[in-house]
Amino acid sequence: MPDRSVLLDHVSIRFGNFTAVDNANLKINSGEFFSFLGPSGCGKTTMLRCISGFSEPTEGRVLIGGKDMAGVGPNKRPTALIFQHLALFPLMTVAENIAFPLEVRGASKKERRKKADELLDMIALPGIGDKKVSELSGGQKQRVAIARALAVEPDILLLDEPLSALDLKLRQHMRTELRAIQKQVGVTFIYITHDQGEALTMSDRVAVMSRGVIEQVGEPDLIYNRPRSAFVASFVGENNGLQGVIKGQSGEVAALETPMGTFEARVGGGRKYKPGEEAILFVRPEQLTPGASTNRFEATLTRQEFEGATNHVFARSADTELRISMVNAGLAGSPLGQGENLSLGFAPMNATILPVGHMASEA
Amino acid sequence: MTRNTLFGGAYAIAFFTFLFGPLVIMVITAFNSSRFPRVVPWECFTTGWFGELLGNARLMDGLLNSVIIGLGVVALAVPIGLAGALALSELPARLRAMLYTVLILPILIPGVVLGISTIVLWGQISRGLGVGALYNGFFLTIVGQITFVSAYAMLVFIARLQRFDATQTEAALDLGATPGQAFRKILLPFMAPAIGSAAFITLLASFENYNTTVFTVLSESTFTTALASKVRHGTDPSLSALAVIIITITLVGALTNEAYQRRKAAQAGGPSARSPLYANPITQALTHPGVVFAILVTVIAGLSYAGSRHDSSVCEAAVLQDKMARQEALRAAQQEKIEAQQAQENTLPKSNSAFGGAFGGLGGSTPAPEPVAPKPASPSAFGGAFGGIAPPQSDD
Repeated sequence: MPDRSVLLDHVSIRFGNFTAVDNANLKINSGEFFSFLGPSGCGKTTMLRCISGFSEPTEGRVLIGGKDMAGVGPNKRPTALIFQHLALFPLMTVAENIAFPLEVRGASKKERRKKADELLDMIALPGIGDKKVSELSGGQKQRVAIARALAVEPDILLLDEPLSALDLKLRQHMRTELRAIQKQVGVTFIYITHDQGEALTMSDRVAVMSRGVIEQVGEPDLIYNRPRSAFVASFVGENNGLQGVIKGQSGEVAALETPMGTFEARVGGGRKYKPGEEAILFVRPEQLTPGASTNRFEATLTRQEFEGATNHVFARSADTELRISMVNAGLAGSPLGQGENLSLGFAPMNATILPVGHMASEA
Repeated sequence: MTRNTLFGGAYAIAFFTFLFGPLVIMVITAFNSSRFPRVVPWECFTTGWFGELLGNARLMDGLLNSVIIGLGVVALAVPIGLAGALALSELPARLRAMLYTVLILPILIPGVVLGISTIVLWGQISRGLGVGALYNGFFLTIVGQITFVSAYAMLVFIARLQRFDATQTEAALDLGATPGQAFRKILLPFMAPAIGSAAFITLLASFENYNTTVFTVLSESTFTTALASKVRHGTDPSLSALAVIIITITLVGALTNEAYQRRKAAQAGGPSARSPLYANPITQALTHPGVVFAILVTVIAGLSYAGSRHDSSVCEAAVLQDKMARQEALRAAQQEKIEAQQAQENTLPKSNSAFGGAFGGLGGSTPAPEPVAPKPASPSAFGGAFGGIAPPQSDD
């Protein structure tokens, strides 16, 4: 099994005074489905271009399979990139597109055709080799682009938001398909996206980026349940942030005094807080329940958004707007009315206290 | 409403007359045997002017020179234009605007200036290097024309490049192509139609150029300069014959291209795909651009052959005979007039007026008066036009 790992060794990329990537330091394991998640302009595409060889890091090194890639051009790296708009060659047929990597390596016509047919079988589109690219549907183009990239037999496949142009149903279908292809070929996938749904459902691990900085790296559930910065907590999924002052800390749990009352919650990132320090408590909408016995408070219902299985309830408490997700109890449940008083609470382990920092909406 | 359509129709007729009238007249004059290009009076249908055109060694040599120079210009201006366009597409915006102005400048500079500056510069260079071969009409004309013709080519390429998706090149590089392969296999095929049109435009621009060429060609001559000097010495219908040939070539090219475009649109499933022409296999074959071209060429070859067999000498001899007869009649009438005048003069007394010889025609002492008839035709450009009257014989 070849070494298909990528090591970013203190990589910084600057354009003049602007720092696109600031001291990225992480290892992507061989055969992993790894995603960079972040809002547009966070530096994730710059990172991708740096790994694929279209730009060189200003500082630090990129190692692929343990080899330093400094000075190695994109055509010499064991990577293949799937562009956001796919960049299929419109003047070539589907088979010519897929076999292009073999053509430039001097393979014979027969060999090229054989490989193209093989890959078309793999992406479950046999027999379309002689079609023009313009005759394909969006999903077919997507799969042809993947086949073309795999024809290189790369160690690393880089994907730059390739699903963003597809409609919702197809996008969801392609998520499953991408994951299946990755398991089948065993190539390391590095996936760039601003869509947290894509990142969380497909990836083995996710790196959340903001303003050129990698905020957190980890498995999807850890990213969601144990955010380590205010940005990650506010960017990944919905969250309620309550700003306040630390009253005290004992081990993993600290008490925070907020306008809504004093709450106890888990301390994010194993930090130690001094009393009087400012911090934010994040609690997910689905963790605010009427049944919880701890951290209780009162709130007034302001509006509701019904979305089938879930009912999004918005409530106010001490001038703070809160978002609460309630499971649809069906006809057996009692409906909530406007202006109704809610008595809610949450478990200390299901909330995180994090230092004050920039939030997703400000990114 | 009806007034509008009436006006519109009249305007359209006037417009097309203005546009194509001269061409139609020119085509007709090519077949009139009159020595001066004109439609009336119609003398004889002749194809002789085509023969005269092909027999003109100066024009035919110029044509060959023009073709050589044109091919040289295409071979150099197209790559230079492509390189310029590529360079512009790679530059940052501010530098690009500046370089664009510099590269486009030769189009705005009068051709005369380019021509003179080309001879001055290369004259210096060839003297400086001691290489006389550089100071040569062909070389200078190619170099001089390239200075502005390559800018035309560049404009064509810039337009096409604006529609190129640069990630295509990146994708090719990423898939393992070298920069050279990415250029040959991705960018060049994309540019192919533009290369075709740039080659065509540069060939035409080179062929029809006069202002620059007339200086740079030195003692040689191209088709255009030979034509210009011929016109300076008077025009004859062999130039109309040349116009007929050029119009024919253009029409064949345009019709073939139109057939090609329509067929392409039909294959792409455009509105012309529904035309019954493409449903029937026979008409479908007939509308193939190759077939259209072959048919047109065959028709023209047939007409040319028939034309080359046409002999108008009998008719021309008759016309000449007719002219001579008319001339003779005129001369006789003139002679009669003069005699009548002399007879009258003899009956009048001698004039002693102060104006003496001033009104010589009346003075008996003056020699035989000049004829009242038109001045004898000089060998002017309009020779044949006002001819038909030979210089009067000596009067007595």
